[in-house]
Parts: sequence; structure tokens; C-alpha cells
Amino acid sequence: MKSFIFKPFEEMTPEDYAVVGFKSGLEIHQQLLTDKKLFCRCPAGKYSEEYDAEILRHMRPTLSELGEYDGTALMEFKTKKEIIYRIKRETVCTYEMDDTPPFLINDQALDIAIKIGMLYNCNIVDELHIARKQYLDGSIPTGFQRTAIFALDGWIPYKDRKIEIVQMSIEEDSCREVSDVGHYRTYLTDRLGMPLIETVTGPDMKTPQEVAEVNELCSALVRSTGNVRRGIGAARQDVNVSVDGGTRIEIKGVPRIPMIPLLTYNEAMRQWNLLRLREELHKRGITENTFESKTEDITGIIKSSHYLPLQEAIDKGYKIKCVVLRGYKDLLHWQTQTDTYFSREISDRVRVIACLTTIPNIIHSDSKGDTITSAEWQKIKKHANATNDDTLVIVWGDERDTSTACKEIIIRAKEAAIGIPSETRQALSDGTNGFERILPGADRMYPDTDLPPQKITKERLEKLKAHLPEHFWEREKWYKELGIPEDTIRPLAISKFADLFKKAVGGWNINPKAAAVAIIQYPKRLKKLGYDPNLITIEMMTEILMNYKAGLLSRWGMFIALKKSLQHGKFYPELLPRPILKEELLSIIALKKKELKKMNPLSGEKKQKVLMGLVMNEVKVNIEGKVVAEKIKSMEHK
Amino acid sequence: MTASDFKGYRGKALSTLKNFNAPVWSDVVIQTEKGKYKGIILPRSETADDEHIVIKMPIGYNIGVAVENITEIKINGRKEANYKIPEKEFPYDEGKPRVKLFGTGGTIASRLDYRTGAVIPAFSPGELYGSVPELADYCNLETEKLYGVFSENMGPEQWIGTAKAIGAEIEKGVDGIVIGHGTDVMHHTAAILSFMVQNSPVPIVMVGSQRSSDRPSSDAALNLIHAVKTAAESDIAEVMVCMFGPTSDIYGLLHRGTRVRKMHSSYRSTFRTIGDIPIAKVSRDEITPLRKDYKKRRKDKNVIVNPVFEEKVGIVYYYPNMKPDIIDSMIDNGYKGIVIAGTGLGHVNKPVYPALKRAQEKGVAVYMTVQTLWGYVQMYVYETGREMLDLGVVPCANMLPEVAYVKLGWALGQTSDLEKVKEIMLTPINGETTEREPSNGYLIYQGGLPEVEEFISKYRK
Ligand SMILES: [Zn+2]
Repeated sequence: MKSFIFKPFEEMTPEDYAVVGFKSGLEIHQQLLTDKKLFCRCPAGKYSEEYDAEILRHMRPTLSELGEYDGTALMEFKTKKEIIYRIKRETVCTYEMDDTPPFLINDQALDIAIKIGMLYNCNIVDELHIARKQYLDGSIPTGFQRTAIFALDGWIPYKDRKIEIVQMSIEEDSCREVSDVGHYRTYLTDRLGMPLIETVTGPDMKTPQEVAEVNELCSALVRSTGNVRRGIGAARQDVNVSVDGGTRIEIKGVPRIPMIPLLTYNEAMRQWNLLRLREELHKRGITENTFESKTEDITGIIKSSHYLPLQEAIDKGYKIKCVVLRGYKDLLHWQTQTDTYFSREISDRVRVIACLTTIPNIIHSDSKGDTITSAEWQKIKKHANATNDDTLVIVWGDERDTSTACKEIIIRAKEAAIGIPSETRQALSDGTNGFERILPGADRMYPDTDLPPQKITKERLEKLKAHLPEHFWEREKWYKELGIPEDTIRPLAISKFADLFKKAVGGWNINPKAAAVAIIQYPKRLKKLGYDPNLITIEMMTEILMNYKAGLLSRWGMFIALKKSLQHGKFYPELLPRPILKEELLSIIALKKKELKKMNPLSGEKKQKVLMGLVMNEVKVNIEGKVVAEKIKSMEHK
Repeated sequence: MTASDFKGYRGKALSTLKNFNAPVWSDVVIQTEKGKYKGIILPRSETADDEHIVIKMPIGYNIGVAVENITEIKINGRKEANYKIPEKEFPYDEGKPRVKLFGTGGTIASRLDYRTGAVIPAFSPGELYGSVPELADYCNLETEKLYGVFSENMGPEQWIGTAKAIGAEIEKGVDGIVIGHGTDVMHHTAAILSFMVQNSPVPIVMVGSQRSSDRPSSDAALNLIHAVKTAAESDIAEVMVCMFGPTSDIYGLLHRGTRVRKMHSSYRSTFRTIGDIPIAKVSRDEITPLRKDYKKRRKDKNVIVNPVFEEKVGIVYYYPNMKPDIIDSMIDNGYKGIVIAGTGLGHVNKPVYPALKRAQEKGVAVYMTVQTLWGYVQMYVYETGREMLDLGVVPCANMLPEVAYVKLGWALGQTSDLEKVKEIMLTPINGETTEREPSNGYLIYQGGLPEVEEFISKYRK
């Protein structure tokens, strides 16, 4: 059935993706640019690695609505982590540490969120209900994230179709993880509680490239409001991927859009290869019901091993255990992703759930690497009563962690005969992904009893609508007609100066290219010179464009004036160059002509260029080259 | 259909639901002028407006749909879940002590009704074992629900009932008692039980939670574990409050019932011993005494239960410019005892004196405590204090105002002879007044001071 074999990433075509039934959707998290956090009055956006104190907590699963603990909850409880929060007084109050109930939602954040929802053509909800979404990994000290759906059923145009925006929520950001070693997980809390929106698209993307492109579109849309945070970590995306017969898998925390194509390719391949692995198991007669395994304590059998990790384990008095997977021979070396094998799925589970975080944390008899000797393998095999058709997996650690690990090894191996387990996975820098946690269900949503529902009034919506920026794709269409250079179109369309550009070109009749260059390219150039282009205000840019329009600045003059405005923090008329009158230009040209004559004789054409250069040096802040060239030309004819 | 089919809805929202025959728990598609919404109609909070219908969408989120935009509600079915805490039989171990857990209404273990936000308490040993299995490591647990009231509704009736239940349980030979209680007035109950139940041979441990047990970060389970461990294993035979020491999940403190007070409206480590030091620290693994002068566990059953209370007792919290009419009105309403929380060393202003004089004449017992909470009433230092003594106001040393209130109610419950009341009030039963305040009984670290910050940064708070 799964006869298609994945080609290397570069060779995959849209048709190949169609064959495997690639489907992908996005969940984009975007921090909003607010002064304060979402449910308390701590400042937002102040990051620091420093901290004043530590607080220790545990997360305990609570019962789900069905009177049972959900899968993630149990997993996290099995791991028994001590969670340590590093707190800095300046950025964290008793709210974030779950020692004070929430304050009412930050209206500035909600307004920005609603505006973005409107840009996504969404239906804004009439009444906001804050929910608690459980997270037991400790990333939020309460054990849940406060979140609320504020918009539904939107869309954005892509190629010749619409990408569905399923829902949007406004929520508080989580902690930044510092480390996760053994039974200790440490978090920084500075980011905790910052307002953020999550935008969920439909599974409408058919190739990895499309996923990245749609993400770019969404990113441009939110940036076009000027009300979202920029920089590292301000936007993070989760990508859902599935293939035919596979499972919707969430890859969490993709930091950069360019990583998406390779990540989604690898996940599609992983699912496809796991489905092929299931076929192989079934062919061998191994199913959920016939699956067999056993666990043996082999601490005594292998105590003189020269394999370093085992030597160390023995020195520490650890247990060494072996799991026999009946009939699994060679299957732990079954390829799942690029340079990644099924054994990684097992090792990941052992790392996350049994807290055996030092890698390697398992070795197995399908391994081609150097671990223990074949004599030792034989000895264990005999002790465990294993046959040549079986695979042996060895794991070591303290008593409790090792037995958790053995159980997890068996669980994951057995799951291979069932299908692709529902889990969230973590994006890795090489484009592959690793197990993060079991996928939580809708069961983990609870109403937040600390906050009342909040009506979103018509007046509020109308007021926000009145200040809504134009859709950037509409702007782009117009820019194309104006002949704006390709690389300037997108930045201009999402720039905070887009409205000014419209006024300058539509109202004041300024040359569109000149305005586009002034708005987009000059700030870039100034950035290279060490200036902060974020400090360029709309007022500065307006003054400069108007003076250009009035003939008091040339294009080059706009650049100089922008630079001076940045130096002074504001535009002042005194920053304008002294105007050069027509007569003055003529006398400059005459003067430069004399200078030219003193130089070595040059060819006619070259002479013109040098003269032009000499004159422009004097006047370029005020006068365009075109005007000077015409003047020189007209003087020739006299 | 009955009103309960439209739970919480009223006015416009109610008539809309009725129009479309859509009771709560209906699985619906709501068509509005703005768009379609799919979900299950939930009950609505009675305090919310009548303009919206709440639905739970398939992804688990709730939203409110404005009634005025609704054009149609299509019903596809009905989904009402039944909630049950999973019960697992609490394992019996012959070698483990017998602990009795009394419930008074505060929820220690519970789960949330995810739609209404109502808390469903877990209380039977089986339910508790299902949610806090660690309890079985310490004891054989029995439970009994005494009351189902909110913390603030605990009063004399419940105090008396609880004291009697404790006495009966001790008679039966229990090894320790845990009382689940809401935190707001836990210190009132702890104080009165210290007076009503004396000479207990076993620990009596009060416990609650500051973060409800439906959240993963709740302090409830750990508090309960600490309390059960204390009841089962400790040799402290006193009425205690067992709650978080720091805000971290590290250890709990065992506070003497007569010296403990809730000091923060929301913090986990809200309970503090005032004017003294706690009796002990307790963690999952050990109980570490911080003092030696506590009452020790005994083998006998010689408990003294004295469950009486005079309800006509009140506290007056003095403020500048207080008028005598406050006290006059209490006298006129037949109050038999008044505890004043005075300023500084125990003062009220002169305009109140005539009322105090009236109280003296009418035989109302008036006792003075300090609103500074720390420190002693000292009425000899100033002339005004001496004048008040002459008006029959009795200083209560370093008794906390709430403790003085319950003790006065208890004393007046036994006798109306004011001299005998005075004797009861001024004879300490279990540390409600102390002869001396240890120098570390007032260690309040004020954040922001460099040396304090340096010190606390070394510890997980
Ligand atoms: Zn805060």
C-alpha cells in the first residue's frame, strides 16, 4: 500500500506530496505590542536572564470532565518533575505565580486582537469567555493558560483560493524554559503573562512550501497593523501535519518560517514511514493483540561491560534493564526521518517520560554503532531467553526511572503496530522533530471561574473598524500598478508609513518610487549606519516628503534630512539645506567648468560625467541630478 | 420544559431558547446574522446578562452568542455528561494509624464541573484515594461529612457540632483527626476548637487550600498530605492549622490554633503564627518541631469537650473619630460581650468613654485587644488607658482580636458572672496569651531591603 518511497527533500514535487496526501495547517502565536501583560499590570516585553528569587512547584493532574485523567496529564505526572521558576521582581507579580487571582483583561490587548481578527475577515464573538487550558509541563505556574476565543471563521486570499482561518484566541504567554535535566525543569518567568494571539488556519496547505508561504502572508498581515511585537520569540508557530492514513501531528514552537518546509517534509516522511513500519509488523504477524515483550533486570549480567555509559551506571549503583521486543529484529533501525530511525521514537519517550535525559539513554541490538560487545549481547539474549528474531533494548538509571522507562519502551513499540500515536512534537534545528508530549484532548479546557464573561459591544467594534488599516494585499496590487520595485512592495505594504505613502502619492502627487525609496530603503540604509530606524516617526517622514514635494529637498536630500532628524530626535525646518536659486546653480556650473578645464583633457562624454559629478557634489541635497543635467545641457547650447 | 432546562437564563435569552425549544445541553447549530456557531448550550451564570447564550464549541472553548442576532437554532441532539470522581477503594493496612477526616464544606479535593464552574468535592475515602493516592502511605483513612457550608458560614452551631464529633471520635480511639475547612475563617474555628476541645490525646489538624483543587498548581493535595501525615504520625496533641510555609511546594507549617491568622487574601502561605513561632514544619517525609513546649500525644482518651457559646458577642474595630453610638447600639441590642481591637497599646478616643461606662453599668463584658496584632495591650502606660480600666475594660494581653472574640463567646456560654468570665478569659488555655514574646516572634521580613533580599534569594520562597 505505502509503496511510495520518500525522495530527498529537494527532489520532492507537489505531485509526490499529493500521492502521500500531505495536509498541513498552522497555529501562529503572535505577541501583541502592549505596555502591560494580559491579566496583571506587570510591564510587558522586558526580558532578562537575571532573577531575584526561585519558587518551586509541582503540577498535579486534575480529573477531566469524564472523571479520568487525560493522556498528557498522566504522562506529566509520571515524570514527577520539580518545576523551578526564576522570578524577577520587576516583571513578575503574585498573579503570574498563582498567588493572586487575575485582574480584568487588558483592553489594549483585546483591541489589537480584534483589529487583527477583522483583518482576517473573521466573525468577532459577541461575548468573550475566558477558559483555562491545562498545561502540566509547568510552563505556566497555574497549570493552565487563560485563553479566550475572540474570532471565528475568517479567511485570507492565497494563490487562487482562500485559506480558512478557523479561530483566533487571545491568551497569556508561557514561561521560557531554561533547562530540563532529570527531575528538574527550570523556567524564566519574564515572558509569562504577556498578551498573545493564536491564529489557527484550516489544514489547507498541500505542500511544505505552501505552509511557509501562507505563514509569511499571516505574518505580513499582523505586522501591517503596527501593533505586534517583533524580534526573536515574538512570533512562534505550531505546524500540524498529516498524511493519508496518518495522524494530525503538531510540531510545536517553530521559531523561524524558513524552517517550515524541511520540518513538515520530515514529519510527513516520519508518518509515512511509520505506516510502512506498521505494514511490516503486520506482515510479521505482530498486531496490537499479538504483541509480546518482556523485561529483565540484567544489572548482574553485564557488570563488567566496557561500554562507558553502562560502566558509569554500575558505578552509580543504577539498575540496568533489558526489554525484549518479540519479532522486532532490525525494526529499531527502520528509518523514520532523514538520518533518524525508529529507535529515536523510543529514546525520546524514555527521555521525556522517564526523565533519563543523558543521551544515549538506550542501546539496542539493531544498532549498527559501537556499544557493548557481541559476546555481551549473546549473554543477555540467553539470559532473557530471546531469539534471533527479537530486538533487545537496554536502559539504565535509578530503580524507579528505569522501570518507568521499560514500560514506556513497551508502550511505544506496541504503538507501532497500531499506528501513529497522537502527540505533539518539538522542532529540532536539523529539520527533524522529536517527541514532546502526548497530545492533550479538548478535555483540558475549563471555564475560568475567576473572571466574568465580557461583552464585546457594537460601539467598540465600530470604533476599531474605523481605524482598521487597508488589507496589505490590496495595497500591493496598487503598488504593482505604480511600478514600485518588487523587493519594496511587501515591506511598504505592511509598513507603518503605508497610509502616509498613500497620501503622498494619491494626495500630494509625489513620485511613487521616490516616496517608496524614502520610506523603505532609507531607513534600511540608516540602520546599516547604526541608527535605529524604529525611531523614525510618522511626523518626521511626513515633513520630509512634504519638503521634497515643495522642491526644498532632492531625493538624496531626503536621506540626509532623515538622518539629521534621527540625530535630533525630531524634524526641524533648520535641518533643511539652504535653498539654491537658479542663478546660483548656473554660477556653480560655470565655476566647475573652469575647474574642469584645468584638469587633464578628457573625451567629450567623460567630461560631461565629471562635470556632472563636480556640480552634484555641491547641490545634491537640494537638486535632482536630472535638473542639473538639463541645466548643463541647456548651457552647452548657449 | 421546566426552569432547570434553561438553567441561569432569563429575559431575552430565556425567551429565545424557549422559542427554539432549545434547553441547556442541546447540541446545536446557531444561525445568526453574523455567521454559524456549533456547540452545546451551557447553563449561564445567574449574574450574567440576558443578552447572550453560552455554547461550548467542539474545540472546548466557550463563547457567548448575542441573542439579538440569532435567526435559528437547529438541534442535533443532547449531550449531558455525568460527573463522578473515580473511586478506588482506600487500601487498609493494619500497621498504619487510624485517621479521621471531617468535612465542613471547604473543598480539599474536588474537580470542576467544566461548564458551570461548580466544584464537585471529592470526599469519601475512595474518592480521596482516587485523587490523592499518597494518603494511603500514611494512614487508614475514614471520612465523615459534618457540614456543607462555605467557610464564611461556619459559626457557633458548626463549632459546637465539630467539637462534639471530635470528642466522640477520640472516644472511639482514633489516632489523629483532620478537619477540612475553608480558609477564610479557619483561624476562628481553630481558636474555638482549642477552647472547646481540651486535653486531646491526639493531633487535631485543620487544613484547607488557597488554590482550589481543580487546578494543577493547587496547594490542596500537598496540604492534605501534610495534614494527614501530622495527624497520623506527629506527637503534637493540639489543635493546629496545617498550611503552606512558603509559596513553594516544599513544606507546610503547623500553627497553634490560638495564635494563627490568615494574613493575605490570596497567597498560599497566607497563614502565620502571630507573636510567636509555629509549632513545627511538616513535609512529605518528616515533621520537624520548631519548639518543644507543645502538648504531647498520649495513649488515654481523657479529652475534655466543653461545647458552649454565647452568640451575643461582637468585635469593634476602633478607628479615629469613632462615635459612642457604635457601642451604644450593641448594648441596646443586648450584647453581652464586646471585644475592642484598639489602636497602639489598646486605645479608643475619649468620646467613646460614656458608652464604655454604660456598658459597665449594664454588665456587658468589654475586653481590649490590639489591632497591631503583634504585641501586648498595655493600658497602664498612658493616663487614658488607666481611665478605661476604671471603666471596666479588661486588657487581653497579646490575645488576637478574633481569638478574644471566640473565647469571650465561649466564656459567656459557661457563665454570666463577669468575674468568672474574667478568670476564664485571662487564664491561658493553649497559648492564646503568652507571658513573653520571643524575639523571633516578630520576624517580618520587609521586601526591598538589601539584607532581606540577599537572605531570601538564597531560599526558594
Ligand atoms: Zn504580574
